[in-house]
Formats: sequence, structure tokens, C-alpha cells
Amino acid sequence: MKKRQKKNGGSPMDPLRQSPSPSSSRASSPRTLPCEMLGYVGIEAVLDQLKIKAMKMGFEFNIMVVGQSGLGKSTMVNTLFKSKMWKSTMLGLGVPTPQTLQLQSVTHVIEESGVKLKLTVTDTPGFGDQINNDKCWDPILGYINEQYEQYLQEEILITRQRHIPDTRVHCCVYFVPPTGHCLRPLDIEFLQRLCRTVNVVPVIARADSLTIEEREAFRHRIQENLKTHGIEVYPQKCLDEDVNDKVLNSKIRERIPFAVVGADREHIVNGRCVLGRKTKWGIIEVENMAHCEFPLLRDLLIRSHLQDLKDITHNVHYENYRIFRLNESHVLPRGPGWVNLAPAPASVPAPAGPQATPGPPKVCRWAKDNSDEEF
Amino acid sequence: MGEVGGGVVELRDSSGGRSPPSTQRSRSSAVSCAVAPVSAAPVAALAEAGAMAATDIARQVGEGCRTVPLAGHVGFDSLPDQLVNQSISQGFCFNILCVGETGLGKSTLMDTLFNTKFEGEPATHTQPGVQLRSNTYDLQESNVGLKLTIVSTVGFGDQINKEDSYKPIVEFIDAQFEAYLQEELKIRRVLHTYHDSRIHACLYFIAPTGHSLKSLDLVTMKKLDSKVNIIPIIAKSDAISKSELTKFKIKITSELVSNGVQIYQFPTDDELVAEINGTMNAHLPFAVIGSTEELKIGNKMMKARQYPWGTVQVENEAHCDFVKLREMLIRVNMEDLREQTHSRHYELYRRCKLEEMGFKDTDPDSKPFSLQETYEAKRNEFLGELQKKEEEMRQMFVQRVKEKEAELKEAEKELHEKFDRLKKLHQDEKKKLEDKKKSLDDEVNAFKQRKTAAELLQSQGSQAGGSQTLKRDKEKKKSKVVHLSMPGAPLAPPASVLTAAANRVHVLLLKAATWS
Repeated sequence: MKKRQKKNGGSPMDPLRQSPSPSSSRASSPRTLPCEMLGYVGIEAVLDQLKIKAMKMGFEFNIMVVGQSGLGKSTMVNTLFKSKMWKSTMLGLGVPTPQTLQLQSVTHVIEESGVKLKLTVTDTPGFGDQINNDKCWDPILGYINEQYEQYLQEEILITRQRHIPDTRVHCCVYFVPPTGHCLRPLDIEFLQRLCRTVNVVPVIARADSLTIEEREAFRHRIQENLKTHGIEVYPQKCLDEDVNDKVLNSKIRERIPFAVVGADREHIVNGRCVLGRKTKWGIIEVENMAHCEFPLLRDLLIRSHLQDLKDITHNVHYENYRIFRLNESHVLPRGPGWVNLAPAPASVPAPAGPQATPGPPKVCRWAKDNSDEEF
Repeated sequence: MGEVGGGVVELRDSSGGRSPPSTQRSRSSAVSCAVAPVSAAPVAALAEAGAMAATDIARQVGEGCRTVPLAGHVGFDSLPDQLVNQSISQGFCFNILCVGETGLGKSTLMDTLFNTKFEGEPATHTQPGVQLRSNTYDLQESNVGLKLTIVSTVGFGDQINKEDSYKPIVEFIDAQFEAYLQEELKIRRVLHTYHDSRIHACLYFIAPTGHSLKSLDLVTMKKLDSKVNIIPIIAKSDAISKSELTKFKIKITSELVSNGVQIYQFPTDDELVAEINGTMNAHLPFAVIGSTEELKIGNKMMKARQYPWGTVQVENEAHCDFVKLREMLIRVNMEDLREQTHSRHYELYRRCKLEEMGFKDTDPDSKPFSLQETYEAKRNEFLGELQKKEEEMRQMFVQRVKEKEAELKEAEKELHEKFDRLKKLHQDEKKKLEDKKKSLDDEVNAFKQRKTAAELLQSQGSQAGGSQTLKRDKEKKKSKVVHLSMPGAPLAPPASVLTAAANRVHVLLLKAATWS
């Protein structure tokens, strides 16, 4: 039976190799005896039961798009979910550039073949648009940590709800402008901070301005940059479970960042109706793998790894936040329980969560592992 | 510009559609763009606003967040499959607790249910108390792996005094909840790999008397119904005839209802399974037979029990309800049992436990209580108590020492007094003795003087005449002188004086003798 292990690349101690709980009534995993069943029992019917329950309850997914204005974030979201999530914003014409970063969230319920998905898209207009972009990532980190905080508060209530509403950001899509050179300092700063708090998927935006060769070179340089600065984007290498996952994820990692083009208009090409951008020199088909890598992004985000994104957010990022939160009153340095997704260089401060949250944090402080002796 | 008509092709020319959201909303009902702008100039307020946005979203969802139709196949209908794959890789676990008297066929039923032979020897009837025996097995069917834990009571109902029979069971169930709660409250926890040992289903075996429930059964079920999902079953039901069985079932259900025992009801809220669950609910408690022997009936091998008067087939619905039990327990409601355990029984336990520890969500002023504050307060209280106790003990110690000291001092004083008294006595006696000795010495000296004077007189008298009398007196005196131990008395003094002196000396000697 496979279990998700947090394989820790950075710190020496495996966070799962904890000392066993002092409560004697629990064995960490009991001695199990394998048994052969001589006939059909019907255990696998539990899968159907699971499906029925899940479909009745519906799914939730929260995605955040970050990037400078004009990179086609809203269009991308519309293309991804094939619906008019956003009215694509076009600034100018009397609408002033937002002075500060504002976060906008939109929630929709979309349904397909009986599967209901409550989708929340958070946009960040104004990111990186100012002259001085110092600390422009703070509002974003603050928002993400605020969602974690909300979930934590709900979780530690005495009487808590049956199903805690999940507003945590599951995936953050970062749009890299297609300069063709390499990652800019702003990109690097932002990615470094964010990839430790949330799953980040970088994409090359407006990739139709690069030729295929330029694209490949750009991608290579970006990958180099990411490696140099120790930025682990999704899918994280240290969280690969087994061989199958490794193989699948390596293929994905080779192609990150995807070069995408967003379009929400339809055109007729060879008698088919396709989504694409029409230019004087041709029509760029969004869903054509030869033209751009949008299908890869869509498959990663929606068709194959959506549940995985949610799981990693819940099991890794949220737990990290929780540990940090519950420890902070003890002013402990980061212990071995912290899953190091990226070895932090000395200059990078601790996650900006507590700085951004307002007021005295209402935190639940439990005694540590041996809580029985206190109570 | 009115393009939206509920058709498939939704996406239109959006370049001209620069109209504000309000007109767009009024234009179509199918498309809604619920933009909730969050403006926050200072950073500190942003998080708060973020919370507001979240609550806005929540409210919108509550108000019926509008569905947006899709223009094409997006592909998230694979989500249930993704979820299932993830569950498969994690594995399932299911824990069954079998409560029933010894010899009712608990182990056999488990073997029959899961089509395998679990290890274990039958229990004796001589157990001094109720114990629980737990075994975990790894079952695999196609690609689904199940970690099955079967817990059985050993010695239930065998004692003469059965008052405490239910206690080990309740303690065991609570211990599993406690272990999960401890894991959940840890700072560094691994909930997704935690082996869930909480009991998901409790099969309560009722003895097939045919009359009614035993009081032991009622008491035990009443204690367990708020902690675990109870499914009562009639064991060894081939001992009851069909007509007796219906009466028995009716009696049991009425007794359970009248005593307020809440047994597990199969869920009827989902249309797919509502029907079958509804009918099954009417058949509770299930009358089951367990058997691991296979007999050839017709041309198939079936699990059955052979009697001289016939064969009872386990999987024949007309003979017993075993198939129904298997359907309900495993094939239809396993997930629901697990969910009820987690969301109802475990939450109840958690709530009670946390309230017992003194944590509240809101204090009397209905301000949300910070758990940290509560914790600090409790901790300070506890430390304060400890300090008080320490003080008390210290004071007691000091007091005792003082008392002991006083006692000792008194004793010392007494001793001193005694010593003084004795000393004084001794001195008095010594003084008396010395006085007497002195007086005696005085008298001896006086006698000596008189003696010398008398001798002088005698020497003068003997010169005058009267030597005969002197001779007689000399003899007398010689005999008398023998008695006398007076040193230096060679001369014979006159007889009268001598006798008087002798008498006096005699008396003096006597005195000295008494005083020596």
C-alpha cells in the first residue's frame, strides 16, 4: 500500500521519522497479516461509493494568476475553462493604473458530465506595474496566508463544520513576459518567496511573439535560472512518490515553463472551428500542440493533476503553515518538521505571513507532542 | 451586441464589449460575472479585505453562485477518477468491532463475510473479565487494498457479575478516538499517512433466544450508541424458525426504540442507494448464519451447514440475511460508515474532550475566545496552584520544626532543674555530715583535755597515800583500760574520776560509731 511520504531534500531529518507518540494505545502502524480471499467479497465497490459521495459534494478549486498587466492572464483563464470568467481587462481609456496591488476574486460553479466544480479565480492586477515594485509580493503572500489562517481557525474550533470551506489557493500560475532573455529580478524574487507557500506553475505568456527556437532557448535559460536560485516549481521533485510519478513528472518538468497563448475567439480553420488568434500572417491555434503548449498546461492543471495540486496544498503547504503558526509563540527556529521545498538563502526572510496579517493573531497554542502531562 | 443566447458558442467578440459589469449582468442570465473588487491601500487592511473577499465568495455561493455554461470540453470530469486514484494509492482502512457473548459465532461470521480464514483460536468461557482482541489484515481485491482490523470481545457475558462488562469496550473505543485526537492536535502531524484505528462499525451479536433482548445487551448498546455505529444482528439464526424470527425482530426493534438506543440507519438521502437502503432498514436486525464449510448443493459448491434434517445455505436469501448484511456493510455503505464515524462520533468525542479541558469557542461576553489566552490562563492557574502548595508545605515544615524545638528546650530545662536539686541535696547532706564530724572532734578534744587534767590530779593524789585503793583501782582501771582505745594514758587517775571519764568516753565512742 503506497503512502505519500514527504521526502525531504534539504534538511537531514526525514519529517516522517518522528518519535512515536507517547500514547500507548496507538501503534504507528499495526502488525498486519496478509490474507488471501478465496472469493469475491466486493471491497472494490467502495470506489464507487467514494465517487458517488464526491460527486454529490462537488469539488472546489482555487487558482491564482499573477503577472504584469497585458500578459493575457484573464484571457488565459477564460481559455482554460472555456467560459467567460473574466471580462478581459483592458486598461487605458481613462482608467488609471491601480496604484497598489489589488486582488480580485471571482467564483463560479461549472458543471461537466455531472461533476460540479466550484472554481475561484484570483487575479492580481497591478502586480509589477509600478515604478518601484519592492515588496509587491507582500499582498499576494498575505492573501494566501490569510486563506490558510481562515482554514486553520475553522479547523481548531470546538464545534466545527462538517465540511470546512476550502478557500486556500491550490495553484498559482505565474506569467513570465516573453522577453526571450532570462528571468528578471522581479520574477526571481517573487518565485523564490512563493514556491515555498503555494504550488507555482510558471508559464511563458504571449508565446506567439517568440519563434520555436527562441522559445526553446528561453525555456532553457529559465530552467537554468530556476535551478540556480533553488526555486522548486510544481511538480516538486521532492514530493514524487514512486517511480510512475517520477517518470510522469520528469516529463512535465522538462517542459516547464509552458509557452502558452490565450485566445477566446473562434475562427474557422480548414473547416473546423478553433480557438485562436488571427494575425495577418496566420492563425495561431491555441489547442494545436505545434503552435503552442496550451494543451499541456490545461492537462496539467485540470485533467491529470488537479487533485494532486489540492493534496499537496493540504498536506504540505498548509501543514507547514500550521507548524509555523503553532510554533511561533515559542520563537523556535525552523525545525526539521519543515518540508524544505527550496533551501532558503540567508538573505531571504521568513515567509511574510505574520507581517501581512492584521492585529494580534488568534492562534491556538497546544502543548507539543507530550500534551498529556499538562492536562 | 446581444450575443448570449444559451447556445454552445459562448465566447464572442469581447473587444467591443467594454461595458461595465452591471449591463452585462442585465443582458444575460446565463453568464454572470460576479466581480468582487477588493481595494485596500494599506497592506494591513488587505488581509482583512482578503477575508472579506472570501466571505463574499462564501455568501455568493450560499446565495446560489450562478453556474457558468462551458463552451467546450474542459476535462475536469476526470476529477472523480483522480480522487479515486489518489485514494487507491493511499489505501483504505476499515475497522469492525464484534461485540457478543462467547460462542455466538463472531469469528466464523467474519471469516464468512470476507471469504477467508482469519487466524485465532476460540475463546474459553473462563475469562475473569471482558477483554478485546484486535487483529489487522491486509486484503487485496483487484487494485483496491484494504487494511481490515477486526476487534472481538473475549469473555463478554461469561462473568457472574456483568455490571462492568461494557466498560472495557467503551474504553477501547475512546482510546482510539483519543489517539486520533492526539495526532490531530500535534504540531507536526502526518494525518494523511496516519493509520486510522477508530471503529467504523460495531456488529452487536444478539443471542437467538427468540424472546427479547437481554438486559446486558440493552445496557451495552445504550452505552455504545453515541460512540459508534451499531448494527445489531441475530447470531446463529438457524436456531429460530421463520415465524419466531419475525416476532423476535419486532420485539427487538420495539425494545430498542423504547429504550432510546440509536442504531445505525443506512443513509437514504442519495437517490442511487436510497431505495435499497430503505428496504434494508426495515429488515434490521439481520438474522445471520456463518459458515466456512463448503458443501456441494446441486452442482455448485456453497457455504452451508449440514443438519440431519436439511442443509442451511448461507448465501440463500430465503434462509438467512447474510447476503443483505454483506451488501450493506461492504458493498454499499462502507464509505458512509467511515464518514459517520469521522464526522459525527469523532466530532462529538472531540467536542466533549475539548470542553472538558476547558476550551471554549466564545467566552460569556460572546467574544471569540483566543485559545492561546485560555491556555495561558490555565497554565498560570496551574503554576499558581503548584506554588501555593509549595508554600503551604514549607510553612508546615517550619511550624513543626518550631514545635519540636520548644519541646526540646523544655526537656532541657527540666533536666537542669533536676540536676540542681540533686546537687543541692548532696551538698546539704555533706554539710550535715561535716557538722557532726566537727562536733565529734570537739568532744574528743574536750575529753582529751579532761583526761590529761584527770591524770595530773591522779598523779598528785597517789603521792598522798591510799595506794591499796589505787591498786584495786589500778586493776579496775587496767580492766577498764583494756576496753579503752585511748592512746597515751599510762597514769592511773582517781577511781571516781576514772569511772566517770570512762563512762563518758564510752558514750562518746558509741556516738562516733553511729556516725562513722
